[in-house]
Amino acid sequence: MLAQQIDKTLGSQPHITLRVPREEPRPLVASASTTAIAHSMQESPQRLRSIDQWPRVIAAAERMEGVTAASPSITGAGFAVRADAKSPIVVHGLEPERFLRIIDIRRHLIAGHFELEAGDVVIGFKLAKDLGVGVGDKLRVESSEGGDDLVTVRGIFSLGNEGVDATWLLTSLRHAQALYALPGGVTTIELKVADVFAAERIARDVAGTTGLRADSWMTVNADLLAGLSAQSSSKGLIQFFVVVAAALGIASVLIVSVVQKSREIGILRAVGTPSRRILLVFLIQGGVLGLAGSAVGSGLGAVFAKLFENLVRDPSGVPRFPVQLGLPLFGFSVALATGVGLVSAVIPARRASRLDPATAIRNG
Amino acid sequence: MVDRAPVLVIEGVVKEYGDVARTRALNGVDLVVGPGELTALIGPSGSGKSTLLNIIGLLDRPTSGRVVLGGKDTTDLDERELTTMRAHVLGFIFQFHNLLSAFTALENVMLPAWGDRGAPTREMRAAAEDILHAVGLADRMHYRVTNLSGGQQQRVAIARALVHRPALVLADEPTGNPDTASSDEVFALMRKFNRELGTTVLVVTHDSRIADGCDRVVELVDGRVRSDHAR
Ligand SMILES: Nc1ncnc2c1ncn2[C@@H]1O[C@H](COP(=O)(O)OP(=O)(O)O)[C@@H](O)[C@H]1O
Ligand SMILES: [Mg+2]
Repeated sequence: MLAQQIDKTLGSQPHITLRVPREEPRPLVASASTTAIAHSMQESPQRLRSIDQWPRVIAAAERMEGVTAASPSITGAGFAVRADAKSPIVVHGLEPERFLRIIDIRRHLIAGHFELEAGDVVIGFKLAKDLGVGVGDKLRVESSEGGDDLVTVRGIFSLGNEGVDATWLLTSLRHAQALYALPGGVTTIELKVADVFAAERIARDVAGTTGLRADSWMTVNADLLAGLSAQSSSKGLIQFFVVVAAALGIASVLIVSVVQKSREIGILRAVGTPSRRILLVFLIQGGVLGLAGSAVGSGLGAVFAKLFENLVRDPSGVPRFPVQLGLPLFGFSVALATGVGLVSAVIPARRASRLDPATAIRNG
Repeated sequence: MVDRAPVLVIEGVVKEYGDVARTRALNGVDLVVGPGELTALIGPSGSGKSTLLNIIGLLDRPTSGRVVLGGKDTTDLDERELTTMRAHVLGFIFQFHNLLSAFTALENVMLPAWGDRGAPTREMRAAAEDILHAVGLADRMHYRVTNLSGGQQQRVAIARALVHRPALVLADEPTGNPDTASSDEVFALMRKFNRELGTTVLVVTHDSRIADGCDRVVELVDGRVRSDHAR
């Protein structure tokens, strides 16, 4: 569940986003690059700024340990207009090949294609619904920098994130550069890393070497992460008590069985069955109970999980709680339950093996 | 009878029960049983007959005294060795509760060897079938024992006690149920195996007609041997 939640979160965002640092008043003397600061001080705070020598930043980032992909983009605010509908949007200008290595948008398309030729855009399904447009329809894009253009919707996606699906408009990098008056520029560089939990560490490294601001998904989603870890620790607690309850259940079934069978055990012991064989019989019974119980339980669990997955869906029809069931999970569950069955059987089995045959036969 | 060495020798056997208020169930019993003897053990209720039989059968240990079975002193044997002796040297017929109800007559007869060796062998099966023929249950071998009459169940118990040709068969009121016809039948079988196979038998009984049919009668009163007569 934790892994699925993170997968889902990361499906709609890069692991690390690089931007030009926020403008902060800085004493000129303390800086090594006086010109850059002087340059930035002249700009208005809202104004989008390009990353200096971004192709070299990309090359440097790609060489870094743990970074698997880098994609340049222009990210800016704007509006999409269609007839009398007008929606605020986030414009992403990108290089399709590189962007697909960060977010594979093709897997999330619900209509059309991922095509970003001149004048083509791909938008979120919620945005398409708000504007009342479909594949092949035209709409007008207004950028926060005053640029505007008429574009054609080529594809509609659902990334399972409401904000993204309601605001994102993907277009070509060249098109966005024109809309935001940043010829040849790039405002953000998005990175993908091999180990998602190393993202924060790598982000700090990148920030250190490039001087850019680097935000990892872990800081952006700090709330989500805190929630997930609380969820996973309470899940661990629940699992622990489920195992304890199952162990007690098996142990009590076996204790009852030992008491009910004490006469039979007494007869077996009297006619020469060694106590270790009695011990083994009850241990095996515990193991078999665990094995059979977990086999049946896994089957029922799988059915209910799939049922739940199919019932609870986003408005776009994407399951809200994707369930991943694999053979390793079943194998682990069955092995664990069989082990728990064996362990639970230890006390009843010892009791059975130590039964006094004379008493058992006399009292029957 | 080539071998006249005693099958059973017990010397000064005392058995006390309870830690605080001690009751003496056996108060110094001596007894020697020779091979091929069919001995009856009689005495009033509470005189210690079952206690003595359990001690001879290695199901219980005496507080003091010795039990020598087939020439082997059992005093210093551990639980495992006692279990092995029960499987090989002794045969048991209890008053009630002799059989495992979930199993067939044949399976019940195979129990001693099964428990001892862990898995049934072809010889075990053949021996069990032979002895079930001998007790007249050839056509009932594969019946579950719950589908047999009381008398038939006791015959299965006799077959199980004899299948491994033990040196000594111990029977605690095997005819104790009120059904006289089947009780005569049970005793007749023990007598038959005693004569034909030379099996040594020690049988606890209340029934004077059975005691009269034995070679020897030992009477126990208050945990002591009161009388010991050959017939
Ligand atoms: N497990 C036991 N605990 C305490 N006392 C016992 C136990 N077994 C037998 N006794 C006592 O020992 C005496 C002899 O009992 P038992 O051998 O069963 O006699 P019998 O078989 O001749 O009727 C009785 O007084 C009985 O109460
Ligand atoms: Mg008795």
